[in-house]
Amino acid sequence: MAVLVIADHHEGVVRDTTNKTVTAAQGFGGDIDILVAGKGVDSAAKAAAGIAGVRKVLTADSDALGQGLAEAFEATVVPLAAGYDAVLIPSTSQGKNVAPRIAAKLDVSLISDIIEVVDAKTFVRPIYAGNALETVQTSDAKVVATVRPTVFKAAAEGGSASVEKAGAAGAPAHTRFVSEEMVKSDRPELGAAKIVVSGGRAMGSAEEFQRVIEPLADLLGAAVGASRAAVDAGYAPNDYQVGQTGKVVAPSLYIAVGISGAIQHLAGMKDSKVIVAINKDADAPIFQVADYGLVADYKTAIPELTEALKAAGK
Amino acid sequence: MKVLVPVKRVIDYNVKARVKPDQTGVDLANVKMSMNPFDEIGVEEAVRLKEKGAVEEIVVVSIGPAQAQETIRTALAMGADRGILIQTDADPEPLAVAKLLKAVVGEESPGFIIMGKQAIDGDNNAVGQMLAALLDWPQATFASKVELSGKSAKVTREVDGGLQTLDVDLPAVITADLRLNEPRYASLPNIMKAKKKPIDTKSPADYGVDVAPRLKVLKVTEPPKRSAGIKVETAADLVMKLKNEAGVL
Ligand SMILES: Cc1cc2nc3c(=O)[nH]c(=O)nc-3n(C[C@H](O)[C@H](O)[C@H](O)COP(=O)(O)OP(=O)(O)OC[C@H]3O[C@@H](n4cnc5c(N)ncnc54)[C@H](O)[C@@H]3O)c2cc1C
Ligand SMILES: Nc1ncnc2c1ncn2[C@@H]1O[C@H](COP(=O)(O)O)[C@@H](O)[C@H]1O
Repeated sequence: MAVLVIADHHEGVVRDTTNKTVTAAQGFGGDIDILVAGKGVDSAAKAAAGIAGVRKVLTADSDALGQGLAEAFEATVVPLAAGYDAVLIPSTSQGKNVAPRIAAKLDVSLISDIIEVVDAKTFVRPIYAGNALETVQTSDAKVVATVRPTVFKAAAEGGSASVEKAGAAGAPAHTRFVSEEMVKSDRPELGAAKIVVSGGRAMGSAEEFQRVIEPLADLLGAAVGASRAAVDAGYAPNDYQVGQTGKVVAPSLYIAVGISGAIQHLAGMKDSKVIVAINKDADAPIFQVADYGLVADYKTAIPELTEALKAAGK
Repeated sequence: MKVLVPVKRVIDYNVKARVKPDQTGVDLANVKMSMNPFDEIGVEEAVRLKEKGAVEEIVVVSIGPAQAQETIRTALAMGADRGILIQTDADPEPLAVAKLLKAVVGEESPGFIIMGKQAIDGDNNAVGQMLAALLDWPQATFASKVELSGKSAKVTREVDGGLQTLDVDLPAVITADLRLNEPRYASLPNIMKAKKKPIDTKSPADYGVDVAPRLKVLKVTEPPKRSAGIKVETAADLVMKLKNEAGVL
């Protein structure tokens, strides 16, 4: 039994989604290798080799992989897959982009967003916006799955795996990378943050979102999230969206400000350890999942909260 | 140019799915069903491209029970030209759906395919990428902007951290994200007109595709329930509780 984990990495750093996927791979009970595919991957490969329990790290280096092109990932991973019983990929936007393509080429199902490895063929995954959990057993010869990182503990550091070069696919014939526009921020990444402060439609404008949500997040050292309504209205960038079809987060503390709590939003945050809701409507569904609810207008509640946090030493 | 738009009939997005007591699945009896919201966005995009003259014909395909006809009719009322229903009471897995769609592509030779990024029942987010792989076509997933220019499409994609723009040669598979457009409501005259538009009914066997499941569902359970907590009176009270009771500050 051998499992190939495809690393999530950025600018030489391996994200902890990779460590979490390694933990999921441990549930298969076999050897675990990591593929670090991208452009200029040496330092990320070194970091991956330091994850405990990893047998070896494979590197694949090309511009097309650096640009995240799905066709190049397919052409790189499919030949490697012959040596593995399972290929696991963290469930990021890139993981979701490439995993089904790899699965189809191998003529196997994709098992999306697994939250538990029961055994090497049996997995639990959420369906219907997390309102049901399905336990599925595959009859395919190989498993290709994306792993929901938030539910697995990060595999520890302390390994010393060997690093080897693997074949890297070059530019695909029919896809060209044009440009990338990344949101620059000094805040922690949404998926990895211990505290998340999210704003909803109640903010009413981008200026208000920045005036209310961002300083509170900065005070707490938190990441910023948003509801779909806030993103659609242009109050926050698209990758702030938390929910069924946005990011899934599970921080120690999630603070929802002016968010009603639609099932699609809850799907992305209801596994947070502690949930706080601030909403002026006492009947808002968000209160059904909130550990602490404050029924108030955010316009008065947020300044008061800021004061109280400062008084408490924040 | 012809465009193919797959549409799935799913539980309405406003309905909270309920797990059956015998844990065999989700109870869909007497539940409101609708077109998958992402597929509405796909249909809308196709119709807008047709209105701009970039597309001549819109063919919608649905794989599902007889009632999936209604889903096709909805797409026809929005402006699609004709439909294909591949009728089956099994709920084929993404790989089987992709294989059926590949067979339809073989017959229809569309210039490109636009479809939802995800069906909100199974939340797989797989069929578009699988179809692109089976056809060996380029893919542009999670699109928030599509610009067709003759032989290629420039597609802006919603990715973690921001946006990415790709240029893909046609034919290609494009999957729609939420912010690609806002789907229209069909007008009454268009709903009437849609009743006369043709729908071909087929079966998976007509395409020689094996739709037998690869995954056995052992059980479907309810997620652990979160119990509602308490209401606090003031922000100061909240901070005190977060600090001393929850220990998260
Ligand atoms: C296919 C599909 C996918 C979706 N995916 C997602 C997703 O991933 N994530 C997501 O979030 N949504 C998603 N949605 C949208 C979801 O259904 C809701 O529409 C959305 O979450 C609502 O956002 P909101 O809570 O900010 O807005 P609203 O529902 O309008 O709620 C605003 C809240 O603010 C409160 N409020 C107003 N003024 C104040 C004030 N001054 N002080 C305090 N409170 C105030 C109101 O009481 C209300 O509860 C999806 C929908 C579809 C159809
Ligand atoms: N049974 C089906 N019939 C038609 N299209 C489908 C079907 N299942 C999935 N699709 C298409 O594939 C997309 C992604 O679905 P999924 O991979 O199941 O999340 C959907 O948005 C639809 O466009």
